[in-house]
Amino acid sequence: MTLLLIVLLPLVGALLPAWFIRWGRNQSALAAGVVTGTAFALLLSLSSSVFAGEVPRADWTWMSSIGLSLAFMADGLGYLFAFLILGIGLLVVLYARYYLSEKDPMGRFYAYLLLFMGAMLGVVLADNLIVLLVFWELTSLTSFLLIGYWKHLPEGRQGARMALVVTGGGGLAMLAGFILLGNIAGTYQLSEILQMGEVIQAHDLYAPMLVLVLIGAFTKSAQFPFHFWLPHAMAAPTPVSAYLHSATMVKAGVFLLARLFPALSGTELWFFLVTGAGAATLLFAAYVALTKHDLKGLLAYSTVSHLGMITVLFGIGTAAAAVVGIFHIMNHAAFKASLFMNAGIVDHETGTRDIRRLSGLWAAMPITGVLAIIAAAAMAGVPLFNGFLSKEMFFEQAWALEYQFVEGVPWLLPAIVTLAALFSVAYSIRLVWSVFFGPQAEDLPKPPHDPPFGMLLPVGILAALCIVVGIVPVLVAGPMLAVAATATIGIAPPEYSLTLWHGFNIPLLMTALAFVGGIVAYWKRWAIIGLHEGPLPFPEAKRIFDGTIDRLAAFSHGTTAALENGSLQRYLALLVGAAVVAMGWPFLTGSWSAGPGPGTPLDGMSLVVWAILVGAAVATAALHRRRILALVVVSVVGLMLALAFVHLSAPDLALTQLSVEVVTVVLLLLALHLLPKEGPSEDSIGRKARDVGLAVAAGCAVTAMAWVILTNPVDTISGFHLAESYPGGGGTNVVNVILVDFRGFDTFGEIIVLAIAGLGIYAMIDALGVPDRWKIGSPDDEVRYPLLLTVITRLLLPLALLVSMYLFLRGHNQPGGGFIAGLVTAVALILQYVASGIGWTTDRFVRDYHGAIALGVLAAGATGLGAWLFGYPFLTGWFDYFELPIIGEFELASAVLFDIGVYLTVVAGVLLMLVNMGKIRNASAAAPDAADGEG
Amino acid sequence: MNHWITLPTLIPAFTAVVLLLGARLELATQRSISVLSTLALIGVSFALVWQAASGDYVAYELGNWPAPFGIVLVLDRLSALMVLLTALVGLPALLYAVHGWDTKGKNFHALFQFQLMGLNGAFLTGDIFNLFVFFEILLIASYGLILHGGGERRVRAGMHYVVFNLTGSAFFVVALGVIYGAFGTLNMADLALRVPQADPTQEAILRAGALLLLVVFSVKAALLPLYFWLPRAYGSASAPVAALFAIMTKVGVYSILRVYTLVFPGTVPMLDGLPAKILFPIALVTLAIAMIGVVGARSFRRVVAYLVIASVGTLLAVIALFSQEALAAALYYMVHSTLIVAALFLLTELIAEQRGVRDDVLEPSTPVAQPAVLGSLFFVGAVAVAGMPPLSGFLGKIFMLQSSLGTEQLPWLFAVVLGGGLLGFIAMGRAGSVLFWKTEGETASSPASGAAILPVVLLLLLVGTLSFLAEPISAYTNAAAEQLMEPEPYIRAVLDQGGEAP
Repeated sequence: MTLLLIVLLPLVGALLPAWFIRWGRNQSALAAGVVTGTAFALLLSLSSSVFAGEVPRADWTWMSSIGLSLAFMADGLGYLFAFLILGIGLLVVLYARYYLSEKDPMGRFYAYLLLFMGAMLGVVLADNLIVLLVFWELTSLTSFLLIGYWKHLPEGRQGARMALVVTGGGGLAMLAGFILLGNIAGTYQLSEILQMGEVIQAHDLYAPMLVLVLIGAFTKSAQFPFHFWLPHAMAAPTPVSAYLHSATMVKAGVFLLARLFPALSGTELWFFLVTGAGAATLLFAAYVALTKHDLKGLLAYSTVSHLGMITVLFGIGTAAAAVVGIFHIMNHAAFKASLFMNAGIVDHETGTRDIRRLSGLWAAMPITGVLAIIAAAAMAGVPLFNGFLSKEMFFEQAWALEYQFVEGVPWLLPAIVTLAALFSVAYSIRLVWSVFFGPQAEDLPKPPHDPPFGMLLPVGILAALCIVVGIVPVLVAGPMLAVAATATIGIAPPEYSLTLWHGFNIPLLMTALAFVGGIVAYWKRWAIIGLHEGPLPFPEAKRIFDGTIDRLAAFSHGTTAALENGSLQRYLALLVGAAVVAMGWPFLTGSWSAGPGPGTPLDGMSLVVWAILVGAAVATAALHRRRILALVVVSVVGLMLALAFVHLSAPDLALTQLSVEVVTVVLLLLALHLLPKEGPSEDSIGRKARDVGLAVAAGCAVTAMAWVILTNPVDTISGFHLAESYPGGGGTNVVNVILVDFRGFDTFGEIIVLAIAGLGIYAMIDALGVPDRWKIGSPDDEVRYPLLLTVITRLLLPLALLVSMYLFLRGHNQPGGGFIAGLVTAVALILQYVASGIGWTTDRFVRDYHGAIALGVLAAGATGLGAWLFGYPFLTGWFDYFELPIIGEFELASAVLFDIGVYLTVVAGVLLMLVNMGKIRNASAAAPDAADGEG
Repeated sequence: MNHWITLPTLIPAFTAVVLLLGARLELATQRSISVLSTLALIGVSFALVWQAASGDYVAYELGNWPAPFGIVLVLDRLSALMVLLTALVGLPALLYAVHGWDTKGKNFHALFQFQLMGLNGAFLTGDIFNLFVFFEILLIASYGLILHGGGERRVRAGMHYVVFNLTGSAFFVVALGVIYGAFGTLNMADLALRVPQADPTQEAILRAGALLLLVVFSVKAALLPLYFWLPRAYGSASAPVAALFAIMTKVGVYSILRVYTLVFPGTVPMLDGLPAKILFPIALVTLAIAMIGVVGARSFRRVVAYLVIASVGTLLAVIALFSQEALAAALYYMVHSTLIVAALFLLTELIAEQRGVRDDVLEPSTPVAQPAVLGSLFFVGAVAVAGMPPLSGFLGKIFMLQSSLGTEQLPWLFAVVLGGGLLGFIAMGRAGSVLFWKTEGETASSPASGAAILPVVLLLLLVGTLSFLAEPISAYTNAAAEQLMEPEPYIRAVLDQGGEAP
């Protein structure tokens, strides 16, 4: 429970400083401090059990289906890291209070910092791979926010994005690696995985898994070739650099190496990858560090280099080397955090971080100078400081190497290590000597002086630790190192001696070489810097990265634009093409055959009808640019189809087809009226060929399918419909009974489609914002209507309504029904609009089509609901036969009510569409003053 | 008799009717009716999920005609989940719309309700022709909604949308004709019985029908090369409409899930697992191309639109594995991706409005008036959509990747999903940096009201809930996947006794 609290406290407590900032900066900082301090106290409360070798645990199942439980454990390694995170965190909170200026939003800063702290604690205390990953990525996210904290600085924004992409991307690789690792081990529980080293290393997937996990570790710990983001992360405020980018977050990578050490280490592959990357980073970064003129730049590369050193140690794979790695993690955290804060003080008090401008600060800032010397000495590995101890042990390990990089060159790694140490000495000297000694700088932006006590205190505490550990290591660091090392390697660590003097041996010689060489290198530094900036230019990682991203964006934009080019014709061709493949390919590859079904005899009349149909279809395509003509031709297709339905004994379909055809043609005429009479000619030969090809292929495919289906009769559910239509549905017109009863729900849906179409067209025309004067029926309207047509249509109206009534009433038993009747009524009314004008017609008929549509849907729906009253499902039909004098037997059926709804909706929906389309005049006719008006 | 299963379609249908009849009612009254109806839908959906969670099926025979002769509505865990998801996306979208969008055109609320009806009907029907009808309802309603607000951009995008999708519908009818012609039924459970018994000579027609349906559903789901209509349509639609449309592509995904586990499952020997074999590579390429689109997009609405396509690609690639684990993971991720995309569409408009003339274009602009609130919401949204922890995007991604363990598709899936994830980081980092950090000048806009921000917060809270309650929710999706992989009880529930006796 305590463990959960330790992790959650900073995450939840992040809100406090953001809230307390309204009462002042001190209150905000205090809130952050209290949160951190409480978590630290909780951690310390676990000390006795951790040092006694127990492992406190906490567990909460989060998502068992992916093996994710919020499992935490505080073994020695986790405890050590949590100690560093919270301890240094506390110092950074104090330091930042004085570092941030009045203008900086402090509440936000502390909120981000605490979020980061919680994330980091989650990483180091996790007992579950997925949980570790969750917090791992959270550190990337919070780091992104902190690097970009000064959002007005372009370096900050770019650095933040670069860090996010590199470390976040590394996290993705690690995710893949962890899933593989979990699969190999059969669990995500870390404490179990750590017991299974042999199984894991013998597995086929060990190599890919290892590479993926290492990519995650290396990106986070800025190992070559992923190191480049870290120097750019220095755009963050210095407390962030000190905390995230030297002491804690970048250590997450080496933490992971330590954490998984028992499971993954010890193979040749591990050695080559880990030690190789580490050694390259160690040397290269140490060299670059010497050439940096920016204090934080120098420290950034030095951090990269030291992380390389720790990586080398874990790569060696022996228990002894791992112990040294742990020890150096502790030491490095102390001196590097101190140095960063020191650099922040110098920057804060002088206004610059450029080593070339800084000089002779000793006189003005003696305390800062002393603290810098102590920490730099530790970094260089001067005896009596903590860095010396771990560096000596490191030399020893490098010398006693089991594997060799290059066969027969056993001195390769020791040479690299010594050379790197040499640079380390040189840049440490430069950091101190060039800044604090020499002639006093004259042109500093601010007159330098020692900072407030609050900024010095954290630096002082860390510097003091460097000395104390350096002198009495066993007393101060011994116990913690022992438990951490035990937890890391999984067994009691081998003998190691934390003493200053090991006698005259090879490591001592390496140290001596490094110091002598380092001093020389510092002395000749300008030659080295000249070499670096001149003949030996390192590729500028940022430029490469930015270039890659820019090219990626440009490529992406180009690709997208090429694919999504805005041509509807092309999209449709792709759709038809896909459909052709889907329909045709099975026929080309699979087995099929025409069945035994009897053929329908072909008579001359049918032949003519079909020929006209085909001819009209082809003509439509050929004439499509002459739009009105094409419409006339395409309506021929519809008419022929209606004839075909008649011929095939489907009078309902024929009636529907006919009336739909009429309505559609009117609608299209209205629409075409608003458009140019001729379509543009945009078809190239290639495109015509493509379209013809697609059309023919689609036709062939559909024909093949139709052929197979028609010649292979199957037993369909329509047998039931035929049998049940009269006894069950109360009607002899099966089509109508299907529509209003068997599949009344479909019809209910379809009338809603019609209703929506009406509403949609109404809304669309409204949204087009056509001015009123362009609408027919406006007061200045002077359209004359042909008298003859007017008279005839008015005479026809009652007749047409009678017909539709007739169609409606007989619908249940004879061809007809609400849908057809509705269309006929609609056509009759449209005729009135056409012949007498919108004004006249609207005045005399329904004005509120919306209401009528709604009533129609309501009637159909309410009929369906009626069945509920009798305990039947929605749309259950009811009918019965009654006897009345004179009239005789007649039928009453709920289907009639439903059909009334259909009828109403159809009439109103169709009219709503047509009337609104018809209201708009051709723009050129409405605006005769327009330049291109044809009148 | 229990009629609950009809309510997700009937409530919005009758609400729309009332709204049309009451067109002259006060705007506030209309809004209340619309919101109340959607709230009721949430309640009903929860009840249905509760009912489905027990593992029981409900088959409701409309018109009291026995299946397969009439139309059935079928409730299982999947359909209940989809209905709930629709309501959960619908309410915030509507709450956002009542903040002003609904006055920028006619009939918004009626169209919105009809859209909900279409969606719910598609998820609940057990009849493949009825599915077509609901496809039409939601297509035509969505066309009206896309145009909502007017303007040349919307009319143009809407035209492409409706023409393309109507063409898709035409092929749907062809496919239905083939299926009915070959198997003589439209009830999906009945089809599930008849398809495996197909005669060897029917191999070609069986495959043609199955593949043509796949094409049709791919149009809806927006798979390569059939998604090109989407970025412009979604990018031009008004924010609440785009948010609601987050669920629209999922109708296609749902249909694929339903039809290719029930009617054309991998166990049909004559199909030879073709749908899965085709779906997997196409979905992966869709994901890759969509992430390229995300990186290449120069306005944030397009970023989100391409994220919609990417989520479909991810989902269908995983679904194409057709194992219980894969489907469970995909369902969990589907909920996540729907919610987060809806949130982002709404949020984009809040941000764009406050940025002034630059709108959502990814170039430096004046800062937003509420950097803290919008920035935080954006950050949470970006984290979720990019699949970063601790939100459901991350959990879903792991869930899906794990489900591919032991399959030969694993390397492909890992590579594309994780590579796409990296592109997502790049794009979201860049977008966030430009929108919130790289600003110039002073803001000239006024802050958004709490009521306008609330829907975004609601959606993000749902994402948070999905993450926090991952255990029970993933257990539910796992059970839903189990039902899908074992269709016999479904078939029995529909055909044997056909729901409760009246």
